[in-house]
This record gives sequence, C-alpha cells and structure tokens, in this order.
Amino acid sequence: MKSLLITLFLAFSAPAWAGEATPNAEDPVIEQRMINLAEDLRCLVCQNESLAGSHAELAEDLRREIREQMKAGKDDKQVVAYLTERYGDFVLYRPPFKPVTYLLWLGPLLFLGLGLSVWFLTLKRRRALKDVPLDEKKIAAAAQLLDEK
Amino acid sequence: MKRWIPLLVFAVLVGFFAKGLFLNPREVPSPFIGKPAPAFSLPLVAIGNTEANAAFSPADMKGKVWLLNVWAPWCVSCRQEHPVLMGLAQSQPVPIVGLNWKDKDREAAQLLAQHGSPYAFVPDDLSGKVGIDYGVTGTPETYVIDKDGIIRMKHIGPIGPEVWKEKFEPKLKELGT
Repeated sequence: MKSLLITLFLAFSAPAWAGEATPNAEDPVIEQRMINLAEDLRCLVCQNESLAGSHAELAEDLRREIREQMKAGKDDKQVVAYLTERYGDFVLYRPPFKPVTYLLWLGPLLFLGLGLSVWFLTLKRRRALKDVPLDEKKIAAAAQLLDEK
Repeated sequence: MKRWIPLLVFAVLVGFFAKGLFLNPREVPSPFIGKPAPAFSLPLVAIGNTEANAAFSPADMKGKVWLLNVWAPWCVSCRQEHPVLMGLAQSQPVPIVGLNWKDKDREAAQLLAQHGSPYAFVPDDLSGKVGIDYGVTGTPETYVIDKDGIIRMKHIGPIGPEVWKEKFEPKLKELGT
C-alpha cells in the first residue's frame, strides 16, 4: 500500500522536474530562438518529448549544437536541415508536405468530406419522405397511446 | 449489408492498431542508407598494438566492407552485445570498427584490455559529435559500410545471433564478402 502511494506520488510529480531546458544566460536571444525551435523537434531518445523539454544527454548535446550553429549565424531553416540530414523527418513534429505525407496532412479533410456527404445524403433522403395521412382511427389510437401511463 | 459497415470499420481500425502495436518505434529509418559515410578523423583508443596518437578516418577502410559499431563503456546493452562481437571477430572476415561514443570516464581502454576487444580500431568520439553526424540516437548501433564507403544498412540495438543471421549475413553476402 505504502509503495503504491509512493509510486503514485512519483508518477504525478514527474512534470515538476520535466521543465524546460535551463536558460543559458550567456545569450538570451539565441537561447530563446533555440528553445522556440527545439519545441517543434522530437527528442530521439525519449520520443514523446520535445528536444526543448528532454533531459536526455543526446538532447542536451543537440541543443548545444543548435545553439552553436545559431551563434555561427545559421538561420532556423539551416539548423533544421542539419538535423533532418542526420535523423530524417522523424525529428520534426511537423512533417513536411510531400507525397508520402499527403494522406497525413489531407486525411482530416478527406474524413470531413466523407462526413459532410453522409450528412447531406441523409438530409436529402429525409426530405424525400412523404407525410402519411392519418385517418381518424389511427389518430385516436395514437392519442390513447400518449395518454397511457 | 448496411448493418455490417460499423463492424467493417472496426475491423479496419483494429488492423491498423495491431500493425502499429508491433512496430518498433526505436527503428527510426536512417536517412544515410545509400549515402557516403560521413568523413571524420579521430584519435584511437590504445588497444593491443595500436600506436599512441594514431588517428582513424573512414577513408582508411576504402576497398573493404566493414562494420561501424557505435558503443560506449557505460552502455549496458553493449556489454550484452560484446561476446557476440567477440565471436564475430573470430568467425568472419569483416572488420569491426568500434566508435567509442561519449566515454567521459575514459574507461574504454581498460575495459577492452580486461574483456578482450572485437575491434580492428577504436576511434575515440569524446564529444559525441561524430555520433551525431551519423545520426546515432543511442548505443549500440551498427552500420554496414561497403567498399566504396557507402552506408548500406543500419541496425539499432544489440546484435544477437539471430539478428546477425537474418539481417547482416544476407547484406554482407550481397556486398561480396
């Protein structure tokens, strides 16, 4: 029981230390640029963390690399190219729009279209239904059913 | 017919999830396959009869099919892989180069002296920069590099006897060793 409690506490305390990369006071402008960029990049070690938030050693190395390249005057695009050359599109949380990712980017639109057409067809069919005239007897039976209870 | 549609959609989803469940997320496709192995020049860890201050560069291996095994003394699954590599160094002709990645505690030389070295060369990548140039995400990783210095395959994780038989042997055969 005690160990379960401890486990639970630990599980929920995790976000407390999984903070952002510690800002480097040396050059706050570059640091901010690096963090902005790294937030959209995947840490290759803990794959569901961003490069900005990860404490993995490789992430630290890559952040240092990004920082150095920015200091050397490279723009964000060049830094991202440096990383994708080595780690592939996998490192990007926003994959580029190209033939293999068409379905990924356009899939939601496809499903929206599918949903809209089902909706439209249903409405059309419903409109095509005709009112069935009721005779006295049926109205009386319906009234009785409604009054019941 | 119409009543089967939800079941059909469900079956398709289950199919996708089942496939996804058995994919290995660590097997990140390497963008280097078919491309030249990045050049570098690193000092060697002294093992056996390597001279002090000697350097290694992939260009030295031109004309040979070789394996680049990225490992580290602090890496647990590399220890597990070590006896397999020892066996391979004995039983087959392809040289194994062991990139010593981020060995901050400087343990590689002692460790290899103690347990034996399966490596032809052990370049010392202390800063980890060469590893990054090869797109290493974690040790051990092994690259198969052909006679022209082109990377032909990458394996992530330790090499076991089955992996060697099923993945490496056919590739090496194809490359003419």
